[in-house]
Amino acid sequence: MDAIVLQLLNGLDKGGAYALIALGLTLIFGTLGVVNFTHGALFMLGAFCAVSMQMLLRTSKQVKDTSVTFFDSYIDVPYLQVWFGDTGLQLINYAVPLSILLAIPLMLLIGILIERGLIRRFYHRTHADQILVTFGLAIVLQELIKSFFGANPIPSPAPALFAGSANIGAWFGLGDSVSYPWWRMVYFAFSLVVIALVFAFLQFTTFGMVVRAGMRDRETVGLLGIHIERRFTIVFGIAVVVAGIAGAMYTPIVTPDYRMGMDFLVLSFVVVVVGGMGSLPGAVAAGFLLGILQSFASMNEVKQIIPGIDQIIIYLVAVVILLTRPRGLMGRKGVMED
Amino acid sequence: MAPVSSREDRLLLVAFAVAVLSGPLVLAPFGAGYPDLLQKFAIFGIFAIGYNILFGLTGYLSFGHAAFLGVGSYTAVWSFKLLTMNVLPAVLLSIVMSGLFALLIGFISLRRSGIYFSILTLAFAQMSYNLAYSVLTPITNGETGLQLTRTDPRIVDAMFSIPVGQGIPSTSLFGISMIGWSGFYFCATLLILSFYLAMRITRSPFGLMLRAVKSNQNRLKYTGVNTRSYALTAFVISGCYAGLAGALLAVTDPLAGADRMQWTASGEIVLMTILGGAGTLLGPVLGAGIIKYLENIFSSFNHQILHNFFSFLPDAIEKPVVGVVSLFVGEGWELTLGVLFLVLIVFLPGGLMEGVRRLRVRFFPADAAGSVTAGGAAKSAPRAVPGQA
Repeated sequence: MDAIVLQLLNGLDKGGAYALIALGLTLIFGTLGVVNFTHGALFMLGAFCAVSMQMLLRTSKQVKDTSVTFFDSYIDVPYLQVWFGDTGLQLINYAVPLSILLAIPLMLLIGILIERGLIRRFYHRTHADQILVTFGLAIVLQELIKSFFGANPIPSPAPALFAGSANIGAWFGLGDSVSYPWWRMVYFAFSLVVIALVFAFLQFTTFGMVVRAGMRDRETVGLLGIHIERRFTIVFGIAVVVAGIAGAMYTPIVTPDYRMGMDFLVLSFVVVVVGGMGSLPGAVAAGFLLGILQSFASMNEVKQIIPGIDQIIIYLVAVVILLTRPRGLMGRKGVMED
Repeated sequence: MAPVSSREDRLLLVAFAVAVLSGPLVLAPFGAGYPDLLQKFAIFGIFAIGYNILFGLTGYLSFGHAAFLGVGSYTAVWSFKLLTMNVLPAVLLSIVMSGLFALLIGFISLRRSGIYFSILTLAFAQMSYNLAYSVLTPITNGETGLQLTRTDPRIVDAMFSIPVGQGIPSTSLFGISMIGWSGFYFCATLLILSFYLAMRITRSPFGLMLRAVKSNQNRLKYTGVNTRSYALTAFVISGCYAGLAGALLAVTDPLAGADRMQWTASGEIVLMTILGGAGTLLGPVLGAGIIKYLENIFSSFNHQILHNFFSFLPDAIEKPVVGVVSLFVGEGWELTLGVLFLVLIVFLPGGLMEGVRRLRVRFFPADAAGSVTAGGAAKSAPRAVPGQA
């Protein structure tokens, strides 16, 4: 029982990341009709927003170390500490959540630039061309990050307040073995909030209504005199922002390096396909489902029965779903069935 | 498509063979006249020719072909370990093994088309990659990669009492060592054979059916043709080509690692095919050669070389120029690849062969109208509208 609860919890934060990326992918696919292989790289860019925020806040000046009296010794003190004292240190401590403030405008800008500059030219090309061009862009983004930040992973810790683990087992009268890192819990809550925000935006605003109508039948929306392509830029921007902040907040869980995007890309495509192309609730549900499945598959008991299952479970599920339910879990009839 | 006379084909084949075999001489001034690199050209040329039979002719975009390359490599190394250091059994076994593997994966993946097919192949390739790293370690030797040792059984060699000699034995073709130039000529011969086979496939009625699958599969189905069996055959053939390429990688360097199967490797083969021109005969070989050449040249540049190269510029300009250029070379050469690829897809989706064709139309309109380009199957069909892919 304990083990099952533990794996369920472990799956939630990973599922949250899958769901957020898949949400953006589905949004882009549903409205723009573009298969975006850059999305993993955008997740990675978001993660590096957190890294650069941290570097920015930690910008230091050399100060003479007064505690050493024998010789001249200098220590690095962050400017924030020099200026604001303990408040400054707190700011540095909260670098990862603060990086969202950096990530939102930056990712929005990047998203708009990509859509205006590149994706726009590919609305009327084949899916194969779209895959190839976004794949090329992903390589470019990835290599740019590599040349600026190097190939090694750069750790960016969670705020000290959330560093430890929560003893969830004790709360619900289960064993002590059920403990769960606070930050993962924060991430799970964060992903739920972001998902809720995106859905609320689509459900309760006029803009969202047009977007939903566009997802259902782009042509008719165009015939009604709505300039749908103008909204595409914003939709793409939103999807990019969602991927970016998902990446920024994920940095304490997985140390970011320039390659992390590709791993997530492959998985989140599988998530989108399992959920059903063009279905937003499907993407979210499939994200959490596959995250949890993956963590169950990595239990030792399961691995003893089927060795190696933890490595392939997601792909296996995708293959089975694609072959038995061509539309995915919640895909609508007629959307990309072939 | 205008019919291409077999005489023109023969001419193309001869020209191709001459170009490949004279590679060591012609490419020497460009710093590529040594066997290691030329072998890579030939091997990835074979891989790309095979991939083109699937992607170029039928239009199915597979993102998992590196898996077949990996299977070919592993099979070849096992053949070196268990049977003999002779390369022929290794090559044949690899082709058969990866063909079977492709049959299995293709049979399942080809139930869907378009992007779903791409994702299915990707999923299978990732599964193979992950398994090669984890559970299949007894077969693949995990992260270390599969290597030869001196004490391997090599049953056939032992039967003919071929001496093992000092150290790890080298691969050979009936006594001719496959290290160095002889290795290149072995790969080159197979490249020419592969090219010939691909040409015959493209020109055959079967090749015509494959192109029909690409241009309008539904119409083909309505006329009562089972398109899946055609696509599956193309898939298996291209898998065999990949297996051959994998075997040759092992022949020239008897070592097989799982990183060969990663999906970025599959992406690379797609880039090669697109760069040269999907659907053309010469294009993929050209693309493979160019990418491997750029990889080799650009990744060897460093700061010092750039410094010397731009030393004619005044200091104030030289510094930023070197700074910017150095992003694109050495470790960052993949950035060049990415940018090149973006530019190509945006402006010249038909690849280099399409560029050649356009130039021909511009400068020799009469000539170009008379016969199709040297590549033969230049893409003349308009690109399909979205939703149909």
